[in-house]
Amino acid sequence: MSEQQELKIENLHVRVEDQEILKGIDLTVEPGKVHAIMGPNGGGKSTLAYTLMGHPGYEVTEGRILLDGTDITEMAPDERAKAGLFLAFQYPHSIPGVTMANFLRTAVNATRPEPVSPRDFRKTMREQMALLKMKDEFAGRYVNEGFSGGEKKRAEILQMAMLQPKYAVLDETDSGLDIDALRIVADGVNALLGPEMGVLVITHYQRLLNYIKPDYVHVLVGGRIVANGGPELALELERSGYEKFEPPSAA
Amino acid sequence: MALSQQSQLDQLGDYKFGFSMPENYHFKSRRGLDRDIVEEISYMKGEPQWMRDFRLRALRIFENRPMPTWGASLADIDFQNIFYYIKPMEKQGRTWDEVPEDIKTTFDRLGIPQAERKFLAGVGAQYESEVVYHSLREDLANQGVIFLDMDSGLREHPDIVKEYFGTVIPPGDNKLAALNSSVWSGGSFVYVPAGVHVEIPLQAYFRINAENAGQFERTLIIAEEGSYVHYVEGCTAPIYTTNSLHSAVVEIIVKRGARVRYTTIQNWSKNVYNLVTKRTSVYGEGTMEWVDGNLGSKVTMKYPSCYLLEPGAKGEVLSVAFASDGQHQDAGGKIVHAAPHTTGTISSKSISKGTGRTSYRGLVKIYPGMNGCKTHVNCDALLLDTESRSDTYPYMEIEEDDVAVTHEATVSKIGEDQLFYLMSRGVREDEARAMIVRGFIEPIAKELPMEYAIELNRLIELEMEGSVG
Ligand SMILES: Nc1ncnc2c1ncn2[C@@H]1O[C@H](COP(=O)(O)OP(=O)(O)OP(=O)(O)O)[C@@H](O)[C@H]1O
Ligand SMILES: [Mg+2]
Repeated sequence: MSEQQELKIENLHVRVEDQEILKGIDLTVEPGKVHAIMGPNGGGKSTLAYTLMGHPGYEVTEGRILLDGTDITEMAPDERAKAGLFLAFQYPHSIPGVTMANFLRTAVNATRPEPVSPRDFRKTMREQMALLKMKDEFAGRYVNEGFSGGEKKRAEILQMAMLQPKYAVLDETDSGLDIDALRIVADGVNALLGPEMGVLVITHYQRLLNYIKPDYVHVLVGGRIVANGGPELALELERSGYEKFEPPSAA
Repeated sequence: MALSQQSQLDQLGDYKFGFSMPENYHFKSRRGLDRDIVEEISYMKGEPQWMRDFRLRALRIFENRPMPTWGASLADIDFQNIFYYIKPMEKQGRTWDEVPEDIKTTFDRLGIPQAERKFLAGVGAQYESEVVYHSLREDLANQGVIFLDMDSGLREHPDIVKEYFGTVIPPGDNKLAALNSSVWSGGSFVYVPAGVHVEIPLQAYFRINAENAGQFERTLIIAEEGSYVHYVEGCTAPIYTTNSLHSAVVEIIVKRGARVRYTTIQNWSKNVYNLVTKRTSVYGEGTMEWVDGNLGSKVTMKYPSCYLLEPGAKGEVLSVAFASDGQHQDAGGKIVHAAPHTTGTISSKSISKGTGRTSYRGLVKIYPGMNGCKTHVNCDALLLDTESRSDTYPYMEIEEDDVAVTHEATVSKIGEDQLFYLMSRGVREDEARAMIVRGFIEPIAKELPMEYAIELNRLIELEMEGSVG
């Protein structure tokens, strides 16, 4: 394939409820690389994540999103998932009455050309759950229903592990996790990392980046990327905060 | 996977739109209802005098009662434009081989699984207005269990029938019960002796197969002390051009320490008025469980009831209803605490789509002095679009203080965020909607026999087709 293997965001402008939230984002995630996005509350990080996944409430007014050369800007979310994109939600939704196992199997079969056999599916699911230290009973629980904050985040990573996406966006997967859970979840992510997968990690805390080592760090403030750098940028933010990046108009 | 699912749906397409076998009757009564018709029905059946008198008494009550106006609209029913009795053949089939080919074809098209037939203890299949096939597995007969169509029950066990018939739901209970009492035909008669546990569900299939052929089946189940039986009734019907009426009466007696579960999946075609009276008298430490699924029909009015008559009696009503365009499902349940220390539960789930309308209508009654009673009512409605409608009418008549009564009601819509979440995992929008709906009814679906749960889910998926904007 001559197409560029990358998730490419070009000059992305996004409007939510008549308000422009993203004001021209350019960002390229290559397979095998970890990009971190940091930034203050309300900066537009989740908006970027939702827009990438195709949430109908987020309107792209300018720019486009290319996945391995294919323009996915107008695609439905399920088509994006089939194309290899994944979003670990900051606030995952519950689906009463639908078991995790049933949900995962539907998702796995939807995103690959041939359905997996129930036996192979169960085996993989058990293995992945063990890696994430999730009890077997979770397979029979209803999706996110009554899950603790930490359990929800683990369940998101479990879904990622089952779907094996090419590009994954992790929106604050670390928030709400205790120290041990953070390590388990980070190990889970690291186990999936490799030359095949590109990751966009959204986080407020340097701590996560000690476990999931970013190749690049970007700072998103007021709907724009205001700084790019390496891992050292995260350390600097930890010390000095976002103040110097705040747009002058907001000051 | 998508393919095989599609072909299942294709098969169901036929099922949904109904089909008719050639009409092949020995006798066809004329339209309309009067004393002559009722006497003719009784005469054709060779009934004892007391039953004939019972029918005629019921007819007078029917004629003198106004139509109920408190629920769904029944104004379009023209009682004089209905056939009240149609007799398909002279004698009852005893073995599967004796069952006429066209009836077998009908069952095939209904998709009754082969595997299930094997497990059938006895099959009561109401084809037209009379049961044409009935077999009873021998070990059941050896246990003294009686499972017959109601007409045969009356012929072969007149004493038991006379003792209980019309005692739980007297003809004067309501206009439609009076109608059924005067023209009833078919239905099941089940008698379970004391201490006998019927291990396999008893099943019966009903359908209407002639234009304007009303079905007025009458079922009577008697569970003697300490016995157990699960009765399963599935209804499907082809589509007709004019309104059909299905008005059944189901009476159940649960004696001390006995337990009865009665499961229904109703999928009448969209022109049928489905007006059914179902009630159980539950005695000390006995348990009654109604599991009731309402998918089809134009109008359904059905409120399975438990009269808890002695301490320790338990009654449970689980109901699920789906109303799509033009349908009104008015369903719920009744728990009447007529003894202290009795327990009731009503749990209702309804789904409305398009112009479909669901109503939960329920009554909890606790008489004065009935201390220590507990009742929980839970009704959840799911609206599939902005047009659809759901109402709740939870009547509570609590005349005693020392009781625990709880009531919860929710109305929800399929949320954009829930859909987005599922779709972000590669699930197509229609499948995601179906998944949310399946999840919604899961607490009740899991109480159904497996094949019924699957059928229910398939039917709902089918009903939901085209709900994607
Ligand atoms: N659906 C919505 N309706 C209205 N406003 C929205 C919506 N989604 C996002 N916004 C607004 O867009 C801005 C960016 O929100 P976003 O959730 O993207 O921020 P964030 O960077 O993820 O913040 P946090 O760090 O708190 O998660 C906020 O001002 C938010 O109120
Ligand atoms: Mg956010």
